[in-house]
Amino acid sequence: MTDSIVPIKEIEENMEKMDTDKMWVIMGPQHPFSHGLWTLKVQLDGEIVTDAEPIVGYLHRGWEKETENREYPKIIPMADRLCYAASMTYTHLYCMTVEKALGIDIPEKAKYIRIVADEVCRIQSHLMWLAAVGTDLGNLTVFLWCMREREYFLDLNVKLCGARMTTNYPRIGGVRNDTTDLFDRDILRTVDRFEKALWDIIYLIDDSSIFVSRMKGISILTREQVANVGLTGPAMRGCGVDFDIRRDDPYDNYDKVDFEVPVLTAGDSYSRYMIRVEEMFQSCDIIRQAVQKVKALGKNAPYRIKTPSKVPAGTTFTRLEDPRGESLMYLVSDGTDRPWRLKVRSPIFVNVSSAKLQSVGTRIADVPAVLAQIDMCLGETDR
Amino acid sequence: MQYSSIHEWITFTDLMSNPYVPFDTYNLPFDIGYRLWEILGGLIAWLVNLIWPGNPISIWLVDEQVLVLFGLILFMVIIFLVAFVVCLLVLWMERKVMGRMMDRRGTMIGLKGFMQCVGDGFKTFMKENTIPTKVDKMTYIWCVSLIVGLSCLVACMIPLSYRWYVVDYDSGLLIIMAFFALAPFLILVSGWAQNNKYSLIGGMRAAELMISYEVPMLIIIATVSLMAGSFNIGDIIYFQNEHLWNIVPMCIGAVVFFACAVAEAERVPFDIAEAEAELVEGWQTEYAGMKWGLIMLGDYLRGTVSCGMFTILFLGGWTLPFIGDASQWAYLPIPELVFLLKNFLVFFFMILTRCALARVRTDQILNIGWKVFMPLAVVNLMIVVLLKDGGVF
Repeated sequence: MTDSIVPIKEIEENMEKMDTDKMWVIMGPQHPFSHGLWTLKVQLDGEIVTDAEPIVGYLHRGWEKETENREYPKIIPMADRLCYAASMTYTHLYCMTVEKALGIDIPEKAKYIRIVADEVCRIQSHLMWLAAVGTDLGNLTVFLWCMREREYFLDLNVKLCGARMTTNYPRIGGVRNDTTDLFDRDILRTVDRFEKALWDIIYLIDDSSIFVSRMKGISILTREQVANVGLTGPAMRGCGVDFDIRRDDPYDNYDKVDFEVPVLTAGDSYSRYMIRVEEMFQSCDIIRQAVQKVKALGKNAPYRIKTPSKVPAGTTFTRLEDPRGESLMYLVSDGTDRPWRLKVRSPIFVNVSSAKLQSVGTRIADVPAVLAQIDMCLGETDR
Repeated sequence: MQYSSIHEWITFTDLMSNPYVPFDTYNLPFDIGYRLWEILGGLIAWLVNLIWPGNPISIWLVDEQVLVLFGLILFMVIIFLVAFVVCLLVLWMERKVMGRMMDRRGTMIGLKGFMQCVGDGFKTFMKENTIPTKVDKMTYIWCVSLIVGLSCLVACMIPLSYRWYVVDYDSGLLIIMAFFALAPFLILVSGWAQNNKYSLIGGMRAAELMISYEVPMLIIIATVSLMAGSFNIGDIIYFQNEHLWNIVPMCIGAVVFFACAVAEAERVPFDIAEAEAELVEGWQTEYAGMKWGLIMLGDYLRGTVSCGMFTILFLGGWTLPFIGDASQWAYLPIPELVFLLKNFLVFFFMILTRCALARVRTDQILNIGWKVFMPLAVVNLMIVVLLKDGGVF
């Protein structure tokens, strides 16, 4: 009988000698949490993450190289494919870059229509992010409710330009077509309806202590860390950095619409979530104002001007507030009708490098919930 | 006993007059099985007797002991079929109610979507049986059988009424809880056997989950039996029928038990062992095809058992106010239906929880289990002790 019982002292000694190894878990490329094709290697000590390493590049398709063999207008549909959730902003950014290189000013109406389209795009992109947050926290209701709301905004896209996601709508020198009949009525109805529906979703999330406790106080980032890693967009504003290109370096007519930039100083996962939700409300405000401006300009106002096909030699640099952060295009033109080099700075490519910063110290259960705040989109990351 | 015609066979004989019947009281599924075998076995015996009159097989087939033996086999089949159909109904209900909650339609194939469950069952059945090369084969396969077997066993042991039971022990509640609590051990073993990091973490989490909810749950079960003065399921139910459903004096305990029952069935928000967001499918990651289908079947069987336990402990089981167990209309299946409807009601609330809540974290469930559920369970116990001591019950 006594043989089977190990003395406690011996166990304690063995415990000290015991070499508990850390474990690398490779999450991805095909993993429910990686919304797209990317890998996150996490090092686990028990359940606590001690190290993390994002691996991207599975979706690299030579986007930047391919643009060098195309005429300028033919790159617009390609810019759609950078990110299917933010196709409107990427096309907008590309057109803006070329317009700046050409040194032309587009009509007022086109500017306001672009604002409307951008904000519709921002809302539907944020809704898809919110849907992903729902599944990452284990709730399907949030996912389906957000997807339902997103459909209305995709319908607006259809009403505006005939396509749901890869819209191919902005053009160099304006937009492809004027707003269709009753578009302003439809968009105002949709926005009014959406603001009520969004409150439903917010009640579902913020009134539930489980949801809040899964996000509050997790993965706190300071302003310095954010600056060092280059985090931009809503995630940055959730960490206390008060910067929004729409307000601080306005493009098109964003300086003529009135909106607020939400900023929170807590820096945790929850504040990053709150920023994006508040941004959707602000986008609704912007849409209302911009639609009024479009209406005030009248039906016959020009929405597109003719542009030369050849861009003078030189370098141009434009940036824009993407739903996910600060996206940037750097164009080197050599006087022909094709770009010599077109560089894209994708916000996610930089934001995802903060994966280690965000996830170290959290538990493995928090990894999806925390990295959902990045709002992954692999099309623009890998290009 | 010699029977001269089939007519004599199908004429009903009193069940309890057979000295070999293993039940002390009337048992409905056994009665059905017994009568079925009376017809089937009698038919065989009569036909064989027509060809070879006076042959020993016919005589053996109509023996009272043999009747009880085959009656018991059919009894088991009937009990399992009912548990299985209830499980399918619950699965269908979950899909439809969740669909409505989420603003979609749920399953739509046949009979308001019910046939989708059958179709999914066949789909998993037709899939290739894959076994990963690096798993510990024996443990890997046996864990499925044991988990599903245990779940079936527990699901069959839940009595549907005073006449629909498998065992009528004085410690029936304890036996059910003991078998019910075995599954997490097997999950741990199976997670280890799969040689996969996700499965390993999932298995460990199952153990972590168990130590957090099992203690408050057992305290509440002890409280209920203290209230009724017995561990016998029938006694607990008839005590509630006599006085008051336990959910009224033990409302705190009912809420805690509901949460623990959700955890026991491993459903959202406590499905941390198979958290699909971070652990792909948790401890089920390496299971595919029919093995996974069986595991899901086991999950839903355990879900129904959780609801059944809640119904027994708090909702007065198969009794209703004013009509009691409806024994005056014994020819109608009222008590069974009452029990199942209460089961479905509890499961409906489980679905609502699943739709409305997110998954908790492992450290959070330990906190909830020991810092919230445990004190509440003790408070509940104190209330019951005071009520008993004050002579209210």
